[in-house]
Amino acid sequence: MNEQLAFTIEVFANGLMAGVLYALVALGFVLIYKASGIFNYAQGVMALFAAMTLVGIQNGQVPFAHLINAIFGTDVHHFGWHVHSFLAIALTVVVMIALAWMVQKFVFKHLVGQEPIILFMATIGLAYFLEGVADLMWGSELKALNVCATETACLPQGMNVWLEGTTYEALGYGFFIDNLDIVASIVAAILVVGLVMFAQYTKQGRAMRAVADDHQAALSVGVSLNFIWVLVWSLAGFVALVAGIMWGAKSGVQFSLSLIALKALPVLMLGGFTSIPGAIVGGLIIGVGEKLFEFLIGAPYLGGATENWFAYMLALLFLVFRPQGLFGEKIIERV
Amino acid sequence: MFYREAGDFRTTYAEDQQTFPIKFDRYRYYVVLFIAIFVIPFIINDYWANSLLLPFLIYAIAALGLNILVGYCGQVSLGTGGFMAVGAYSCYKFMTGVDIWWGGELLFRLPEFNIFFSVIMGGVMTAAVGVLFGLPSLRIKGFYLAVATLAAQFFLVWLFNRVAWFYNYSASGQISAPEREFMGALITGPSTTPWATYLFCLFFTIVSAVIARNMTRGASGRKWMAIRDMDIAAEIIGVNPLKAKLTAFMVSSFFIGISGALFFAVYLGAVEVGEAFGITKSFLVLFMIIIGGLGSIFGSFAGAAFLVLLPVALKVVGVDWFGWPTDIVAHLQLVVVGGLIVIFLIAEPHGIAQLWRVAKEKLRLWPFPH
Repeated sequence: MNEQLAFTIEVFANGLMAGVLYALVALGFVLIYKASGIFNYAQGVMALFAAMTLVGIQNGQVPFAHLINAIFGTDVHHFGWHVHSFLAIALTVVVMIALAWMVQKFVFKHLVGQEPIILFMATIGLAYFLEGVADLMWGSELKALNVCATETACLPQGMNVWLEGTTYEALGYGFFIDNLDIVASIVAAILVVGLVMFAQYTKQGRAMRAVADDHQAALSVGVSLNFIWVLVWSLAGFVALVAGIMWGAKSGVQFSLSLIALKALPVLMLGGFTSIPGAIVGGLIIGVGEKLFEFLIGAPYLGGATENWFAYMLALLFLVFRPQGLFGEKIIERV
Repeated sequence: MFYREAGDFRTTYAEDQQTFPIKFDRYRYYVVLFIAIFVIPFIINDYWANSLLLPFLIYAIAALGLNILVGYCGQVSLGTGGFMAVGAYSCYKFMTGVDIWWGGELLFRLPEFNIFFSVIMGGVMTAAVGVLFGLPSLRIKGFYLAVATLAAQFFLVWLFNRVAWFYNYSASGQISAPEREFMGALITGPSTTPWATYLFCLFFTIVSAVIARNMTRGASGRKWMAIRDMDIAAEIIGVNPLKAKLTAFMVSSFFIGISGALFFAVYLGAVEVGEAFGITKSFLVLFMIIIGGLGSIFGSFAGAAFLVLLPVALKVVGVDWFGWPTDIVAHLQLVVVGGLIVIFLIAEPHGIAQLWRVAKEKLRLWPFPH
């Protein structure tokens, strides 16, 4: 097999895996946007917040320890216990639900009926707020995150030896793919199927779709908007947690985690803000596109690091021709 | 009582349409200008210039520019940092002489521009780049446009990082302003005097504000506002959306470019593009106009003053009074800024400018509120 071609295919596969992770973040956006028309910029910071909370609970850190020490001159930092990963995840989910409730109660309840762009800016404010709170609560240093079922069965790290060996024997070229990326793809697939099932076959899911369709009509048949919005923010919080675990396990929990939200934006524009399949497909296109572009054009001719902007440029060009994205609803404007 | 218009008669159209129709307002404005021009330069010191006044003046220009685009024309932009970088790098190239290469040979080199004209050229180049990135706004609206302007932000920062021509092939990849003087006073470089840099920035700020004020209340401003309020309707009554949107991008980018040039040349002296003009800068300027008031000239100043003062005030209170570690104060600052944005959007979507307007209205009637 041609070496160059095989390498390109490998880049392609890695792009697909990266795309899955982008799609994971984009999913959270779509959920909230569909149900409440809020374009939630804070999704990335929610992922950061969830991952930090998870690590903090796992390691038994005292929340706000740094602040407490500064004010009272004490020296607390850890409770001195380690929480099992699954329990920690459950607790983090509770925290995310509480967060969703608070966001709804203190922020968006007061902004009902405002213009979308005002809501968008409110979520930018929320993102700053959450980031500050997360740093104050758990400290801003780089943390390692790993989720373990038992002492030895953790999220896998490193590359997949089996895949490399098999492909090497079959094709004469060993493919190099991260174990974690494979796990992330499987988790993302399960998550998407789960969300679609939830939206299609449960009572709350049906109510959610009703709200997405028409707020007032849903209200008039007795759907509680407040409940649905809290539900949707909780779901988005859960998706953020999953994304936070995957990204955190890959590159550590730190501030840059929240920047993946920015990467998810072109994904959304490409796929359309209102479509769950769109988020997935958009994620894959962006993931593959930026890796291939970097490999084929960026690194050899443009001096590298084109991944920083390629996704935005692609989305920009794409939007000029199709302003509603791939799967978005057609934008109809009337005077 | 404090604020009367009784007896303040206006007998010509020009008087009726002036920026400050009420006498009290007008005199207050003259007093502020007088203090800014003739008093502050004599009492200014390094600390005041570098931590408060220079950033305030420079950010005020950027906020004015962004306010024209977002507040008056309704096109949300997250590319401010990138456009400021264009201003800074153009200013740098014109200061040190633009060199044009073709096929590995130096074709010609422009003479070094005076710092004053370099700053202006920074604005002009940014206006051109702004128009280029404004073109998609004809097709893309709302959030989609906001995200599309991120393309400008990331692409421009990448460009200035990677293409060595922009930083004159310096080893560090930074640009640093050489010593330049204007009318006999040093403006850039390490040994400037605070009053000179202050007056230099003040000049640009005042001129920008006057231009912005007059553009926004004239024909172009009305067109922008018509586009903001409803673009299809505006098109039907005869506003050309292409022209209106692109002029908004042009004027806005011009101001932002000037602010970027001053930020680099006068305020910082040396910058690394990712650090000084990253996405956080875009958000900072956006926050200034949200807190200050969208679609208000005064709001741009108020927002800039607020967000320049806030970190300094927090630092004084947190670090100096309470003795907290600086990282806690930095995190608290995020919480406070984020919280304030949300509170402002809930309580007063029109920002400080609206609070000021309400206060003025109250003062006019005080002490008889009916």
